[in-house]
Amino acid sequence: MKIHEYQAKELFAGAGIPVPKGDVAETVADAVSIAENMGRPVMVKAQVHVGGRGKAGGVKYAENVEAARVWAQKILGMDIKGLTVKKILVTEAVDIVSESYVGIIIDRATKCPVIMVSAAGGIDIEEVAAKTPEKIHKLAVDPTAGLKAYQARDLAAELYRDIKLVRQAANIIMRLYDVYWKVDASLVEINPLITTPDGKVLAIDAKINIDDNGLFRQKDVAAMRDLDAEDPSEVEAREGDLSFVKLNGNIGCIVNGAGLAMATMDLVKHYGGEPANFLDIGGSSNPQKVLTAMRIILRDTNVRSILINIFGGITRCDDVANGIVMAYEELKPEVPIVVRLTGTNEQQARKILKKVNLQSADTLDNVVKKAIKIAEIDESAVGRL
Amino acid sequence: MSILINKKTKVIVQGITGRDGSFHAEQMKKYGTNVVGGVTPGKGGTKVASIPVFNSVKEAVDKTKANTSVIYVPPAFAVDAVYEAADAGISLIVCITEGVPANDMLKAYDYLKAKGVRLVGPNCPGIISPDQSKVGIMPGTIVKKGPVGVVSRSGTLTYEAIWALTCAGLGQTTCIGIGGDQIIGTNFIDVLGMFEADSTTKAVVMIGEIGGTDEEEAAKFVKKNMTKPVVGFIAGRTAPPGKRMGHAGAIISGGSGTAAEKIKALEAVGIPIAASPTEIPALIKDKLASVRKKGKAKPKMKKKTAVKKTRTARKTSGKRTAVSSKTKKGKKAPKAGTTRKRAGAKKRK
Repeated sequence: MKIHEYQAKELFAGAGIPVPKGDVAETVADAVSIAENMGRPVMVKAQVHVGGRGKAGGVKYAENVEAARVWAQKILGMDIKGLTVKKILVTEAVDIVSESYVGIIIDRATKCPVIMVSAAGGIDIEEVAAKTPEKIHKLAVDPTAGLKAYQARDLAAELYRDIKLVRQAANIIMRLYDVYWKVDASLVEINPLITTPDGKVLAIDAKINIDDNGLFRQKDVAAMRDLDAEDPSEVEAREGDLSFVKLNGNIGCIVNGAGLAMATMDLVKHYGGEPANFLDIGGSSNPQKVLTAMRIILRDTNVRSILINIFGGITRCDDVANGIVMAYEELKPEVPIVVRLTGTNEQQARKILKKVNLQSADTLDNVVKKAIKIAEIDESAVGRL
Repeated sequence: MSILINKKTKVIVQGITGRDGSFHAEQMKKYGTNVVGGVTPGKGGTKVASIPVFNSVKEAVDKTKANTSVIYVPPAFAVDAVYEAADAGISLIVCITEGVPANDMLKAYDYLKAKGVRLVGPNCPGIISPDQSKVGIMPGTIVKKGPVGVVSRSGTLTYEAIWALTCAGLGQTTCIGIGGDQIIGTNFIDVLGMFEADSTTKAVVMIGEIGGTDEEEAAKFVKKNMTKPVVGFIAGRTAPPGKRMGHAGAIISGGSGTAAEKIKALEAVGIPIAASPTEIPALIKDKLASVRKKGKAKPKMKKKTAVKKTRTARKTSGKRTAVSSKTKKGKKAPKAGTTRKRAGAKKRK
C-alpha cells in the first residue's frame, strides 16, 4: 500500500525525523489559509501516488500567499501520469545547500533491509544509480541484530564531511530504520535529505510503501489509505480480496494464482488477442469472489469475451463453479464466457456447471484461443452495427 | 529417488483443524503421504480424518517422530508456527500460508539458517514426489513418476507445467513450488543444486516470473554448477510496467526485473524458454535427446572433469580460482564452450 507524502511526513515527525512545517489541503481556500498562517514562502506539492511529480509540474515554489493561491488553483485537479490531484501539501519553503538520498528497502537477494545513501540525491537519483552506481552506498542490515549507531554514522559520513551534519544524518537514519520496522514498510525513502545554510539536516520529501501483508496489525496506517487516489475497480477488487489490474484489451480474464494469471495474459497476447485485465482470485476462493470478479469485469464495456482459467489446488473447482452459477443468476451476463476448470474437485465442478449454459475448453491453449475467437466475432458484429 | 521428501518422510500438519488444513491433510493422506499427526493448540486428543491431533509441535514430534511439517495456519500466526516447528526439531518446514508479513520472514530466515532447518515457502503450493509423498496442496492427480525435476515461484502455473509434462509422458522426480513472496526460505539455486545432486533427475524445468533477480542468479548458477539440462518459462511478458517500488526498487535490483531481462539472462546460458507452458515438454525432450547423443559420443570422461571443476571452484578461493579462470581461457575450456554452442544451434534448427 502506498501512502501520501504528507502522511509519511506525519509518521516521520512522530519518530523524531525533522521535516518542514506544513499541512494538507483539498481546496484552494484551505491552501491559502495554510500559506497565510505560515507567513513565509511555501512549496505547493501535489499528493498523488506516482513519482516524478516535480517534473510533471506538480511541485511549485510560492513566494507569497497570492502565488500560493495561483499554484493551488493550477495543481488541484491537475493530471499527473493518469492520476487526478485531489490533495496538495502546503509546506514551508527552505533554503537548500545540498541534496542527498536515503532509502531503506526490503531486499530479496540478501534477505535483509538494505539502507542506501547517496550524496547525489534529488530528482535524478535513478539516473545516478544507473550511470554511476559507485555513488550509491549500500548496507544490508542484520534484521535480528538491528541497525547499530556506528553503521548509521558510517553511512552518514558518505554524505557529509562536517561532523555536526554527520551526527544529525546518522540520527535520522537510525530513526528512519525504526519507522521501517514500526509500520511494516517495504520501502521508506527520503529524497532529498537536505542541508540548510544554518547547518540543519531536514527531510523535505517522504515516501513510505507498506507491506500489504502487514496491514492486519497496522490499523492506524491502514486507515491512511486514500481510496480517492486509486482506481475504483481496483478498490472494489481489493475489498473483495482479489487482485486486479485494468488493461486495455477486450478479453476479460479470471484466473487463480498470479503466475498463472500472468501466463494466461501472455498467452492471450501470444495468440493475437488483447487481455482486458489481470485478475487473480487467489487461493481458497469462496464463490463470492467469483461473483465480485465477474461484476468488475462486466463493468468494462470493452470486454467481448470472458475467459475463466482455474487450475485447482487449494482453490477447489466446485467453489469456483458455484461462484460462476451465482454470477450467472445474479448478473445475467450477455458477454460469452469460456471456462476451463481442472484440478481439485474438478468432477463436482463439471456437474455444477451443467446448470448454466457456457462454453468450456480442456486446455490452457484452447481456452485462450476460444476466448479470442469469440471476441473477434463479437467485435466484427459490433463493427457492422 | 527424489529430493526433499520421499516415502519415509513423516509429516505433521500445523493448523489441521482449519478449513484448508483438514481438507488437505486428508488429501495428502489419500495420496499416500505418511501423515503422522496434526497440531492445533487446544484441540489435542481429537482426530481429523483419523489423524491424531496434538496441542503443540513438540508433543507431536515426541509422540510421532515427525521430521517434516506443513503449515496451513492463518497469516497472523504462520511465522510463529514456523518458529515452533524449528524449535521442536523439525528439519523441513513447508509453509503454504499466503499473506505472511515480509519483515517477519527476514528474521525467521536467519533463525532457521542458524538452526540448519529448511523452509519452503511461504505462499507456496508445497512439494510432491510422485508415488511417494505430497506435502502441500498440489493436486496428486496431475503428477507422474519420471525423470524431470520441476521448480517454480508460482502455484497454479506450476500445475499447468506439470500437467503438460505428464500429458506428454514425461514424469517427475519431485515438483517444488518455492513461493511467490519476496522473502522465501528456499530459492531457485538451492533446488537446482539438489536436482543436480539427485541421480534420478535427468532434466529440470524452472518456472519464474517478473520481479526480483532470482532468475538471473539461477542462470549464473546453472552455468557454473549444473551438468543437467534446464528449460524455463517466465510469466509476465505482457505485465504492465509501473508496479515497482519507487526509486529504491530500480536501484536495488540493478535492473527492473522484467520478463525480457530474465529471458535474456537464461537464454544466454543455454536455457531455452517456452512461450507457453504446453511447449515445455518438447523442449525437455529435445534436451534429453541431445544429452543422450553427447553421452554416446564422449562417454563418462567429460562428466568427471565437469564435477572436478565445480568442486575446485567451490573449495578454493583467491589464487586457485584465478588459476582456473586462466585455464578456462586456455585450451580445455573453449572446447566445452563450443560444444555447448553447437548443441544450442542444433536445437534451433
